[in-house]
Amino acid sequence: MPFDPIIAEIRFGVGLSPSIAPPASVDDMMVRLRGPDESAARFVIPFWADATPSPRDFHDLSQIRRAARGTDREEEAQEQLRAMRDVARDQRAVDFGAQIARAVSTKDGLREWLTRFWADHFTVRSVSGTTRHLVAPYVEEAIRPHVAGRFSDMLRAVATHPMMLVFLDQHVSMGPNSRTAQRRNRGLNENLAREMLELHTLGVSGAYDQTDVRELAELLTGLSYSAQSGFTFSDAMAEPGPEVVLGQSYGGGEPRLDDVFAVLDDLAAHPDTARHIARKFAVHFVADDPPLGLVDALARAFGQSGGDLGVVTEALLRHPAAWACKKQKVKLPFGFVTSGARALDIDPDALAAMSYNEGRRAFLGHLAVMGQPWEMPFGPDGWPEDSAEWITAQGMAGRITWAMTAPARLRDDLPDPREFVYTALGPDADPAVAFAAQAAEDRVSGVGLVLASADFQRR
Amino acid sequence: MERRKFLMSGAALGCCAAASPLLTPVAFAAAPWDTRLVVIILRGAMDGLDVIQPYGDPALAGLRPSIGVGEAVNAIDLDGFFALHPALAPLHPLWQAGEMGAVHAVSTPYRDKRSHFDGQDILEAGLPDLNGGGLRDGWLNRLLQQSPGLEADVAYAIGRDQMLVLSGDAPAARWSPDARLNLSPHVRRLLEVVYHGDPLFQRASSDAIAIAEALASDAAIQAAAETEGMMDASPMMEGIGLSGDHVKLAEFAAGRLRGDTRIASFSISGWDTHDNQSSNIARALSRLSDTILTLRTGLGAAWGQTAVLCMTEFGRTARENGSRGTDHGTGGAMLFAGGAMRGGRVIRDWPGLGEGDLYAGRDLLPTRDIRAYAAWVMRAATGVSVAALEGGIFPDLEMGTDPRLLL
Repeated sequence: MPFDPIIAEIRFGVGLSPSIAPPASVDDMMVRLRGPDESAARFVIPFWADATPSPRDFHDLSQIRRAARGTDREEEAQEQLRAMRDVARDQRAVDFGAQIARAVSTKDGLREWLTRFWADHFTVRSVSGTTRHLVAPYVEEAIRPHVAGRFSDMLRAVATHPMMLVFLDQHVSMGPNSRTAQRRNRGLNENLAREMLELHTLGVSGAYDQTDVRELAELLTGLSYSAQSGFTFSDAMAEPGPEVVLGQSYGGGEPRLDDVFAVLDDLAAHPDTARHIARKFAVHFVADDPPLGLVDALARAFGQSGGDLGVVTEALLRHPAAWACKKQKVKLPFGFVTSGARALDIDPDALAAMSYNEGRRAFLGHLAVMGQPWEMPFGPDGWPEDSAEWITAQGMAGRITWAMTAPARLRDDLPDPREFVYTALGPDADPAVAFAAQAAEDRVSGVGLVLASADFQRR
Repeated sequence: MERRKFLMSGAALGCCAAASPLLTPVAFAAAPWDTRLVVIILRGAMDGLDVIQPYGDPALAGLRPSIGVGEAVNAIDLDGFFALHPALAPLHPLWQAGEMGAVHAVSTPYRDKRSHFDGQDILEAGLPDLNGGGLRDGWLNRLLQQSPGLEADVAYAIGRDQMLVLSGDAPAARWSPDARLNLSPHVRRLLEVVYHGDPLFQRASSDAIAIAEALASDAAIQAAAETEGMMDASPMMEGIGLSGDHVKLAEFAAGRLRGDTRIASFSISGWDTHDNQSSNIARALSRLSDTILTLRTGLGAAWGQTAVLCMTEFGRTARENGSRGTDHGTGGAMLFAGGAMRGGRVIRDWPGLGEGDLYAGRDLLPTRDIRAYAAWVMRAATGVSVAALEGGIFPDLEMGTDPRLLL
């Protein structure tokens, strides 16, 4: 099966829309992906470095409150801190609204999908209440600019990013023989090094062992962060001497950030990384158990292009297995609700303007019941891929509930369910869904049945 | 408050249950045994050396200078060699009453890569390794498969996490106490139509509706109300303000287990204490302690027939790391509780923590397969045969001698 515009939009985009034409060809998709990021320009999410309130803002205000303790200014400082938390919470709602609005209005759905895939590959979770609104800015800064660029550039951006350093404890890791560790009686933390090998690059079946984890952890020391000064490479925290990772020796002179970049580049170029990424890509976009030929083709594209993710994406889209008629994957809850809002043609500007409470009632609360509490995956491996993990009694209760209640909340003039079937599912909609839609007692349940159907939940 | 609202909205469904086309009228049997088995998966790798501290081992204090051990951190002596982490102090009365104990220096057969995800898969699948591939069911489910025809609500996976340990061919109910579903019978019939031909969706949605309806029945509402009443009346709960999802899960589990449910499983996370372990592990232990106390109170008389196993994917490094935490290790501890258990003791074949005693020079050496203990508990609780346990339920396990965990 060659290219098909309906499959392109459902499987590699963000779903069909009554007002936006699907892409016409693979070339068309790639031109859009390699062109300017129009959605990001229209619905702005700040880069991490520009987002407010910043960790430094919180830090400074906490200092002021501490200094005011016991004085009559304490109450005022406390109040300012509360106000700052509210601003942060509202900013998180704005960024969430922007993501929904982008999905609903984009002509470049592939970019939205890829952004979510890579953000999940390099999952971070906020570890304190004061950084919860900074997850989306992390993705905007470290992930999104690289989705059609080089994997090694994304890896560098992520591995030096404050969100990742804090999430995986790297900012407190120091070489056992470093100056700071000697003075403060602290030392190494393996967390980031292990996940970098296991999750980000070679994969758990890759050719590394505990010694590599340890040596990499020692090499990564020096990557540091604090709220006051942001990301720094601290040679006082770095382990002196060379480290041997996967048989290759790094560093040895004065500790330098370039030694870290050198190992990151080598990990990015490792054949096990190509294989791991290829398989994950195929599993995410095509099938829980993808054809081996597809995985091979993607791994080859990754290897031959030096990890150019645009080339890997194009190899996926040029492969016949990508266009199989059968929808083998289940949409994750976020993909489900955004494709639902897109099919319903909800005004993106209204979505972008949702308050925290509106966003929670229409989307965020539901996502949690469906098993995807927003930006709070359970571990550094991100969200599960296996369809059976999502389509559980609990998850289905959440999906059906959203399908039956959210559309009426988002629009007071719901479409005719008999037409909505084809808007949402395309001309080849499952006849059983068409039957159910016309047999429904009212528009709410008719539209709800279409959105709740297996045909709509799959991609 | 939220839960009461949920039950209220469910109540509206109750009268329609008989008309639902999705409820298949098949005769199911109640379980032929009485013991309640609760398996709590502690996700993130609990540090057994901190929870049940072998402070009598001369090497421990030197391995943990800033985390601290024994009296220095107010740990509670158990037998002169082991001490209980102070955050578990609320459970000490259970220990003294023989209703709680631990097994130490144990692990699954998983070695060396120390990945949470593979470690949890191996723990829940109950397999010696993941090499076979394909086998995607859990050992509790394979236990259920030994008694075909059981009702789905004999076993409950509770909470939002996917519980591989209960997944598989045998029917098991699954619910998180805060999901709500409220549909007209007409819509329910049409949902059956839109899932027709997609078995994955068909199965999940009919379960979603059937369980919601079961919860709406008078018995379930009463059970939940009773649990709340028992919480208020219990002297053990006095002064303990319990809240949080883990308590809701435990309340829900207790309500079901007082009835026909015999197996319940859920997870508690927060054990991946790479840094500042002292305060992080205390938080996780408080959740565990609340959970066990809630189960005990909520189960009432049935506590006497209850066995709770708390298992984790692996232990943590014997030596603390450079940020006052511990990294992924190998051997660890399993906690157990319940009125049916023979507690008040730490069962172990202690390998020591000295130079040369550690696994790979860094981790507590496991001296017994944790699956053997789970197997002997299931044998005593359900009467399942040793052959079935060593064959299908835990492939390649040699159960060895009976540690007699149950009374």
